[in-house]
Formats: sequence, C-alpha cells, structure tokens
Amino acid sequence: MAKSNKPMLWLPFAAGGLVAALVIPVLILITGVLVPLGVLHLHYETIAAFAHHPIGKLILFGAVALPAWHAAHRLRMTAHDLGLGGGIAVKIACYGAAGVLILAAAGALIAI
Amino acid sequence: MSRRPYMRKVERSWWLQHPRYILYMIRELTSLFVGLYCALLAVGLVRLSQGHAAWDGFVAAFSGPLGVVFQLLCLVFTTYHSVTWFALTPKAMPLMVKGEPVPGGVIVGAHYVAWAAVSIAVLIGAGI
Amino acid sequence: MSETITLEVLRYLPETDSEPHFQRYTVPYKDEWVVLDALNHIKDHLDATLSYRWSCHMAVCGSCGMTINNEPKLSCHTFLRDYRGGVIRVEPLDHFPIERDLVIVMDSFMDKLSSVKPYLIPKQDKPLSSGEYLQTPGELNVFHQYTQCINCMLCYAACPQVGLNEDFVGPAALALAHRYNLDSRDGGKAARADVVASNEGIWECTFVGACSQVCPKCVDPAAAIQQTKISASVDWLKDLLTPGAHT
Repeated sequence: MAKSNKPMLWLPFAAGGLVAALVIPVLILITGVLVPLGVLHLHYETIAAFAHHPIGKLILFGAVALPAWHAAHRLRMTAHDLGLGGGIAVKIACYGAAGVLILAAAGALIAI
Repeated sequence: MSRRPYMRKVERSWWLQHPRYILYMIRELTSLFVGLYCALLAVGLVRLSQGHAAWDGFVAAFSGPLGVVFQLLCLVFTTYHSVTWFALTPKAMPLMVKGEPVPGGVIVGAHYVAWAAVSIAVLIGAGI
Repeated sequence: MSETITLEVLRYLPETDSEPHFQRYTVPYKDEWVVLDALNHIKDHLDATLSYRWSCHMAVCGSCGMTINNEPKLSCHTFLRDYRGGVIRVEPLDHFPIERDLVIVMDSFMDKLSSVKPYLIPKQDKPLSSGEYLQTPGELNVFHQYTQCINCMLCYAACPQVGLNEDFVGPAALALAHRYNLDSRDGGKAARADVVASNEGIWECTFVGACSQVCPKCVDPAAAIQQTKISASVDWLKDLLTPGAHT
C-alpha cells in the first residue's frame, strides 16, 4: 500500500460539491422557472457584459467546471457501487464527459 | 475438525436490500442531475459566445415544456444534494471553539444562511 | 401456555452442510430478554449444536455482533420486545466468511486493525526521566469518542464498500487510526499514511454513513474518515508544493 494521489481528484470534487450546493439550485430556479414564466429576462447584452468581465468569467467558469467535476467523480464511484466496474472505461467516460464540459465552458468564456 | 468457511456473495442489488442504501443511491444520483444541468450551462456559455441570435435560441429552447420539465427534475435533485451536503458537513469539518465543539446544527445553519445569501445575490444580479 | 416468539437462525455446519440454511426455533417470550438470551435458551434447552460468540452481555465486549432482521446489531443489545409478534431472523455478520453457524472468520479485521499502527508513536524519543506526557481534558476531548470502539465489526457488516472490496481497510480501523492521529501525544500520522491514505484506506469510502448509524458506541467512524480525507488532502498538497520538506 502507498499513499494515494486521490486528493488530486477529491479536492475539486469537494469544492464542486459545495459550489453545486450553494449555486446550482438558484440557477435552475432562474432558467427553469422564472425565465419560462416571464418573471425574469436574461438579456444577451447583460449576460455577455458579465461574461466579458474577467471576474465574471471566473465566476461563470467556477459555477460550471467545479460542479461538473463533482458529478464526474461521484458518478464514477457510483458506477463502481452499481457493479459497473472500476475499470478504465468508466473513468474515461466520467472524467472525459466533465472534461468536455469544462473545455467547452473555458473555450466559450475565452471567446466572449 | 476441518474448516470450510463459507463466503456469501454480495449481490448486484445490494443497495435495494435496505432503505438506508436506497437513500444513499438517491443521494448519489443527485450528482447526475448536477452534471446534466452543468451540461445545459456549458451549452449556454457556448451559445452566448456565438452571439445574440444563438443566445436567444438557447433561452427559447430551455424555456419550452421539455426544457422546463427537465429543469424541474434537476431542481428537485440538486436541492436534495444541497440538503444532504450541508447535513454531512459538520461530520467532515468539526469546529472547536475555545476547547468546546461547535454544535453540528450551527455549522449546518451557517450553510443555509450562505445558501440563502448566495441565492439572493444571484437573483438580484439576474435582475429580479 | 405462555407467550413465545420464533427465531429463524442461519445454520452452517461445515462437516455436513454444503451451504447455510435457516432453522426455526420457538423460544419463550420475556419482556426483558434480548436475542442473546433467546440464543442461550436454544443452546441450553433446544439445540446444543448452535454456535455463536458472546461474552459480557452488556454491550462492552463487542463479541456478539450479528445480523438481526437485516440489521447489524449486538445480540445482547437487541430486545425481543421490539420484535414481539413477529419472526426474528438471526444471521452472522455480513461481509465476513462464515466459520460455523453465527460465528464469522475475523482474521481480516484483526489484520486491518494492526495495519494502521494503533499505538502511540511519539513525536520525539523521550527518556523515562523526563517524566510522563501531560494532556489536558481539552486535548483528550478532541479524540475521546474515537477511543470508544469495542471492535464489534457491526460497521464492517454495514459498510457496502467493505462488501464490494475485501481489501478496504474499513471503518473501525480508520477510526482507530484517527484516534491516534488526533492524540496530542502522538506524532505518527505520516507513519500511518501508507495504509490510511492509500487507495484501500480512506479513499475507498464514499460516505455512505451506514457504519456510524449501526455503531453501538457512537464512535462515528464515518466522521473520522471524512476528517482524515481532508487532512490527507492537505498533506498531499503540502507535499506537492514543498516536496521533501515533510517526513
């Protein structure tokens, strides 16, 4: 047995869990309830201006990347619980999917 | 006297055998909905980078009936994630103040206050 | 005819049985009896071939752990009156090989306990002449609950990760390591890390929390493990940012 490098995966997982818990529900409230009901309007100019600002970019990136990583790591562990194996395929699927989302978010934010 | 230890097999359905494990699976499943909504957010950011028309199309798409149903499902599960995450935090990060442990309820309560504060800040930022 | 209650007990006699099977016994119902009393009645009056572990009959020795109606419990700590009118199913602890009847093979547990170096490893060698270690009540308070483990193995029976991976060091052993890591007299966290912070140590845990739910002594091994995850992650970051600076 040797000391594991799991903290590399676990630290962003833990951070993502907290960010997801604090931020995701209100975001869904906005995009899933308030905007469809017409109570709120997400104007392109306003959101793009926020995303143009470096702090805005950081916040938006954090709100997407960390929860995405959290989901990936947790789903990988759950796949093992469900007997879907702890092999390389599950790891690639989970972290790969998160990687795609993170890169897409990063790419989009850099472009704005 | 011959020994012949018998090892009972763990079934794939082990988590269905007790309510405690079913609840655990539901708790873990909340991360699927966190991930799916992050995908929606990522798509949103990409559409935002593609300009006004692309963004409006994205807003229209997630405001439709399918989008709303999906998001309401996400809302239920991600709220359950928040509730269970806050409940477990005092176990992972016990606080000692002046040699006495801070009651778990205080740590959990502080998280709910933070949750409310962040939510209100985001709502105000979004123009409520 | 005084009241009775039925026990359905898993039997396994390796000399004759190819696999375990249930056997029913009808025992007297008494309000003050625990399942252990019912088992003792079976052995004394109904079936002397039944084998099971027990000792103190007061939930301090940790010997009588069993699965009672699908729940890991101490048989001396489980009252018949909570199952009145029903059938009590008694099986050996989950996740361990069955030696005979309700007796499990606990060698793996003993190995895992000793693997975490469950003894004080002083920060520095001190001669006897320098006197005893001093510890304040506050310092004791920090790790006291983790000293309460009676090695009953209910947590191993409850933990699904123990069931899915027989190499997982497990809740009690990791809680015991935490007991020493938190002890102000101890300096052995790094020495324990090879086992505790390995993939088969804390990182196998997914915080199901079943271990803490079934623990008869409120040790809360789940909390111990999560705290160790944070501690191990901080140490990992320290090693990453300042390699070689820490032992």
